[in-house]
Amino acid sequence: MSTTPVGVIGEFTDVEAAVHAAEKLRDAGFRNWDIHTPYPVHGLDKAMGIKRSILTYISFAGLVGGFTSALGLQYWTGAIDYRLNIGGKGFFDWQFSVPIDFELSILGTALLTVIGLFHLCRMPTWYNRYQHDESFMKATDDTFVVTIDSDDDRFSAEGTPDMLQRLGASHVHLVHATAE
Amino acid sequence: MTVVQEQQRLQHSSHEEPVREELVLGNPSLRDVTARIASIVESKITPKYLATLTVTGGMAALGLFALYYTITTGIGVWGLNNPIGWGWDITNFVFWIGIGHAGTLISAILFLFRQKWRTAINRSAEAMTIFAVICALTMVLSHTGRPWLFYWLLPYPNQMQMWINFRSPLAWDVFAVNTYFTVSALFWFVGLIPDLATLRNYVKSNVAKKIYGVLSLGWTGSTRHWHHYEIAYMILAGISTPLVLSVHSVVSFDFTVGILPGWHTTIFPPYFVAGAIFSGFAMVMTLLVITREILDLKQFITMKHLENMNKIMLATGMMVGYAYAMEMFIAWYSGSDWERWIFINRAMGDYAWAYWTMVLCNVISPQVYWFKKLRRNLPLMFVISIFINIGMWFERFTIIATTLHHDFLPASWGYYSPTWVEISIFIGTFGIFLSLFLLFAKFVPVIAIAEIKSILPGAQPKHHHGDHHADASAH
Repeated sequence: MSTTPVGVIGEFTDVEAAVHAAEKLRDAGFRNWDIHTPYPVHGLDKAMGIKRSILTYISFAGLVGGFTSALGLQYWTGAIDYRLNIGGKGFFDWQFSVPIDFELSILGTALLTVIGLFHLCRMPTWYNRYQHDESFMKATDDTFVVTIDSDDDRFSAEGTPDMLQRLGASHVHLVHATAE
Repeated sequence: MTVVQEQQRLQHSSHEEPVREELVLGNPSLRDVTARIASIVESKITPKYLATLTVTGGMAALGLFALYYTITTGIGVWGLNNPIGWGWDITNFVFWIGIGHAGTLISAILFLFRQKWRTAINRSAEAMTIFAVICALTMVLSHTGRPWLFYWLLPYPNQMQMWINFRSPLAWDVFAVNTYFTVSALFWFVGLIPDLATLRNYVKSNVAKKIYGVLSLGWTGSTRHWHHYEIAYMILAGISTPLVLSVHSVVSFDFTVGILPGWHTTIFPPYFVAGAIFSGFAMVMTLLVITREILDLKQFITMKHLENMNKIMLATGMMVGYAYAMEMFIAWYSGSDWERWIFINRAMGDYAWAYWTMVLCNVISPQVYWFKKLRRNLPLMFVISIFINIGMWFERFTIIATTLHHDFLPASWGYYSPTWVEISIFIGTFGIFLSLFLLFAKFVPVIAIAEIKSILPGAQPKHHHGDHHADASAH
C-alpha cells in the first residue's frame, strides 16, 4: 500500500447522520465527493449542494424536436412531395396530423430524457475507482456511503478521514488503486 | 436508539404517512428487503418452475407453428371471409394492447398521484405491459398477410417515391403502438437500473455478476445520479400518462374513423381506455395472485394492494358498463335505422351469446367488489379476474364481429368462426406472454427494491434544516 490513495470512504447507517454529514462536507467546500445511497433520500441532494439538473431542458428539446419532425414529415410528404387525392380530403390538415404529432412528441421526449440521463450520469461507465471496496458495495444494500476523491483540493490523507470520523461515519478508510 | 426515541420515530412516521405501516408487512430492514427479493434470483430453478415453463413454452411453440403456417400459406387459412375481414386477429390485438395499459397506469398515473401502494406491484405490471405489447405486435404483423413487408407501414424514402397515407388511422396506429412499446420499455429499464446494480453486488456467481454488471451500466447509487434519475423518472411518468390515454384512443380510431354502424361513435376513445385499464388490472391480478403465492411475496404484495386493485376494477367495470348502456341509448337516440338495427342485432342476433357473455363477465361479476369481505377474498378475486379477462376479450370480439357480419346488403351477410390456426395463434400469444413473465419473475427483481426501501418507515429524514444539531447530539 505504498501508492497514493484514490479517496476515502466512510459508512453511515442512519439517514439523519448522513444528511447532517452532507451539509458539513458541503460547507467545508469539498467538490469531488459523493454519497451513495440504496434509494433516493429526500433532501440529500440539497444538503450536498447539488445544482438543479438540466435534464428538464434536454427533455423539452426532445419534445420540440419530436413535434416539429412529426409536423414537418406529414406536411412535406402530404402537401409537397406526394400530393395524392384521397376522397377529396386535404393534402395536409392539422386535425389529422394530431395523433402522430402527439405520439412523436412523446417519443422524442422519452428518448432524449433517457439519453440525457445517461449522459449526465456518465452511463454506462463499467468502472469505478472504488468498485472493489467492500464498503462501497453496501451502498446498493443498506448503507449510505460517503466517498471523497483524492483529487479534491481539500483532500488530505490524514485530515479528511478524521473529519469523516468526527461526523459519525464508521469504517472510515483510505482506498488505494488496485492493480489489475 | 432509546425506547423513547423509537416511539417518537414511529409516531412521527405514522403522522406523516398513516398508511405506510401497512404497505410492507413485518417491518423489514433495508437489508431484509435486498435479501428477500434478490434471493429469488439466487434460488435454484425448481422442477415445478421448469415444468410450468415447458407448458407455456409448448403453447408458444404451437402458436409459432401456426404463425409459420399462416405466413407461408397466406391468411386464407384463417376463418375470415367476405363480410368479416377482421376476426380473432384484431380482437387479440386490441385485447393484448388493452392488457398492457394497467402497467403504465400503475407505474405512471399512480406515481403522479403519489399512490405509494403502487410500489410493490409496478415492476411486474410494467413487465406485463411490455410482454402484452409484444403479443399485440405479433397479432397485427401476422394479420397484414405479408409481415416481411412490415416496413411499408413506415414513412421511408423509396424508389417508388411514395409516402404513407397520414390520413389513415391505421398509420396513426403504427406510430402509437410503436411509441408505446418504446416508451414502456425505456421506463421499465430506467426503473430497473438501480435494482440491477443491487443484484450485481448481491449475487455470488461470477457470470451473473458480469451480466447484471453490464446491464446496470455502472450504477453506484450516487446522490448526484439519483438527483438526475428522479427527474428523469418523473418526466417519463408525466409523459406516459397522456401516452397511455392516447394509445387506446388511437386504437379505437381504427374503428371510429370508419363510417360503419356500431363503430362510428364518439364514445369509443374513453370507453376503450376504461376497458383497457379494466382488463389490464384483471390480468395483473391473475398473475400477482399466483406470483405472490409461489415466490412468497405476501410481505410486499399485501391484501391492501389486492383490495385497491379490486376497487379500481369495480370503478372501471362500472365505466365500461355505462359505455355499453350509452351505446344502446345513442343508437336509439340517433334516429339512424342502421345504428338501431346493428345494436338490436348485437344483443339479440347471431352473436348474442358473445354479447351476453361480455355483459355477464364485465358488468355483473365485478359487482361483488362492493363488499369489503369479498374484495379481500383471494380465491374469489382470482376467479373474477379470469372472468374479466374473458369478458374483455368478448367485448372486442363483439364489437368487431357484430358490425362486420351483417353489412348494408343482406345478400352478403355472413357468419364467422375461427379455424384451428387462429385458435393456436391465440394460445401461442398466451404462451409467449406467460413464458416471458416466468423468465422475468426468475431473473429480474419482481419488486422495485429501491422504491420499496424508500417507503419503509424511517427511510427518509424527518426534519430538514436547523434541527440536525440536537439530533446528532442525541446519538
